[in-house]
Amino acid sequence: MSKDTILNTIRRNLRRGPLPADQAAMLDGRLATHPRHLIPARSRLPRPEQVALFVRNLEKEFATVERVPEPAAVPAAVADYLAAQNLPSRFAMAPHEEMAAIPWENRPLLEVEKRRADPADSVGVQHGYAGIAETGTLMLPSAPGRPTTLNILPETEIVVLRATRVVGAYEEAWDLLRAENRDALTGGHMPRNVMLVTGPSRSADIEQTLELGAHGPRRLHVVLVDDDPAALPMADASPPPRTAEPGGRPAPGD
Amino acid sequence: MQVTSPAFKQNAARAMADVGLQKALGTAKGAFLTRRAAAVAALPEFERLRDVGRDIKNHALANLDFYLERYAAAVERAGGKVHWCSTAEDARAAILKICRDAGARTVTKGKSMISEEIAVNAHLESNGILPVETDLGEYIIQLRQEHPSHIIAPAFHLNREDWEAEFRRSHTDLPRDRVFAERRDIMQEARGKLRDRFLAADVGITGANFLIAETGSSVIVTNEGNGDLTQTLPRVHIALASIEKVVPTLEDATSLLRLLARSATGQDFSVYTTFSTGARREGELDGPEEYHVVLLDNGRSNMLGTEFGEMLRCIRCAACMNHCPVYGAVGGHAYGWVYPGPMGSVLTPALAGIERTANLPNASTFCGKCESVCPVKIPLPKMMRHWREREFERHLTPKAQRRNLALWRYVARRPALYRMATRAAVAALGLWGRGRGAVPTLPLAGGWTEGRDLPLPERSGAGGTFMAAYAKQRRQNGR
Ligand code: SF4
Repeated sequence: MSKDTILNTIRRNLRRGPLPADQAAMLDGRLATHPRHLIPARSRLPRPEQVALFVRNLEKEFATVERVPEPAAVPAAVADYLAAQNLPSRFAMAPHEEMAAIPWENRPLLEVEKRRADPADSVGVQHGYAGIAETGTLMLPSAPGRPTTLNILPETEIVVLRATRVVGAYEEAWDLLRAENRDALTGGHMPRNVMLVTGPSRSADIEQTLELGAHGPRRLHVVLVDDDPAALPMADASPPPRTAEPGGRPAPGD
Repeated sequence: MQVTSPAFKQNAARAMADVGLQKALGTAKGAFLTRRAAAVAALPEFERLRDVGRDIKNHALANLDFYLERYAAAVERAGGKVHWCSTAEDARAAILKICRDAGARTVTKGKSMISEEIAVNAHLESNGILPVETDLGEYIIQLRQEHPSHIIAPAFHLNREDWEAEFRRSHTDLPRDRVFAERRDIMQEARGKLRDRFLAADVGITGANFLIAETGSSVIVTNEGNGDLTQTLPRVHIALASIEKVVPTLEDATSLLRLLARSATGQDFSVYTTFSTGARREGELDGPEEYHVVLLDNGRSNMLGTEFGEMLRCIRCAACMNHCPVYGAVGGHAYGWVYPGPMGSVLTPALAGIERTANLPNASTFCGKCESVCPVKIPLPKMMRHWREREFERHLTPKAQRRNLALWRYVARRPALYRMATRAAVAALGLWGRGRGAVPTLPLAGGWTEGRDLPLPERSGAGGTFMAAYAKQRRQNGR
């Protein structure tokens, strides 16, 4: 059988048999404790700056961001963004409880459909699980309330993320998942699919020149709900919390 | 894929004379280098991360049997199936069987170099199943019935005109007078064409950049999102991965991911880094109903414990070829198999046999740039030298070269004779090249001077040879 052939060849060439029990136990310990390695210092920042780094990195990767003070402000932010981009007001939205708790009825013109994305959808609104400041990356684990198709099928993806869910390094996001997710099937923490998304889709396959909007979304817009008082921009809290006007910077693909 | 590596010299000569290719190489070359340099400069920890990356891979390889078993068990806990395949043939058969069981007519594919290695497309086609490449670069390669010329940018050798011409030839249902004003128009056309393919496919095949023993996950890294459409929309997902891709934990994979995109495209992180673990779970609204891993050895386990074992650390970032003067001059096709550039010169002989690839380890200037940029610090030049030695031992070196080397060895082992011979050679070379400033051709070394000039020997110092200069220096220092 191929399995035994492969394992035996490996062992023969490593000049040993199967690992002795004590060594195997040690390696199982390493798997269980999953030690961290060197983590770049760049994201180890006071909260306001950490969230600001997240926003800056998102924008560097051609995503757009709008900060809103509370969940009740999300419908207006989404409606304004769609209008500014000339996009339809009908969209597929993650059937997630936090998304359902947003008062969408405040904007009656929005047609919200709680479901996975279909090929015909031009806009998808996804629930953000975590944000990673290190590179402006969104963590989007699959779940009944967070279908994967919303991340990749629509031309425009909007992600609603709470500022409390912004962490510094990838490792911290894995730890959130480990602490919060218990999968019924495996008993482990790993969902079927975890996407780490950093900006809208792109390709440089034609003459090594970057073009946005390959197979996935050509626009990625993050609505960041400032539910973390410690993460608010410091000093003169007076200027509007919006760091990017909808449509204010050239949207990818325009 | 057919191995044409023995023809490296002819391939290279053809490549150097290919105007279109030279233009494409010229356009593409600089982009990767400057982007990588900028990304590396922006991360002060990068050098230390290279050590981390090397150590993680070494640890995984030293315990490869253990981690593969843990990995396979975790896949199966998550409802996936692992198909262990010793050879390319086993893997082709496993994939065909999964496709047949799924009643598949079309299969979409994400970019996978292993899929090229085992030539699975031809196998599926000859069995009535249509494979469709969805990575933009792979797509045009498939239309043109070529092979990729670069491991992360398959269409590295093509110019914009080539794309336009091919799309006009292949997409005959579109208006003939359509205009491709910008590169984006080319991409949009491909996007439109491939959308329907994604939706129609019964099976999606992706590669894997990493396998994670802790969770039983396969990881893909893309910028286009085609890999995610490939593994999410069809009913069956096959992840095609080789055994050395396994790492212990999410943290291990994360550290390597910090190196991968920066070394490859010069991005801080790729757009989509996706971890797949098993099939659709209870209550989920999308995702494949079946999840298979085709786990391929194909000669890798036999590299362990040899002087080529360290090559298994490779994370396929392509930095070595992007920085290689030889690759930059001749492109990827000249290397004659799936893996070009320095990593290919080491890997191809190991996987395809040195008998069929003896020329490859010579496709190097030994400038050392590849090793200095490799994110997992693989000593590529040293390994190419090992192959040269093996090639010589196994009498695969051309006769004239062997005779000359044997003569050199005879002389080199006799210091007095050696000094006399080198002094004579320096004098002769000086005469031969006088008035020309360099030595454009050399009797008995036509192969070497065909593509380059030999600089004139140093005439400063006493007599011109290193030994002579050294002796003179010692005398001057009064020792
Ligand atoms: S050998 Fe090193 S530089 Fe070359 S592709 Fe592999 S990891 Fe990258």
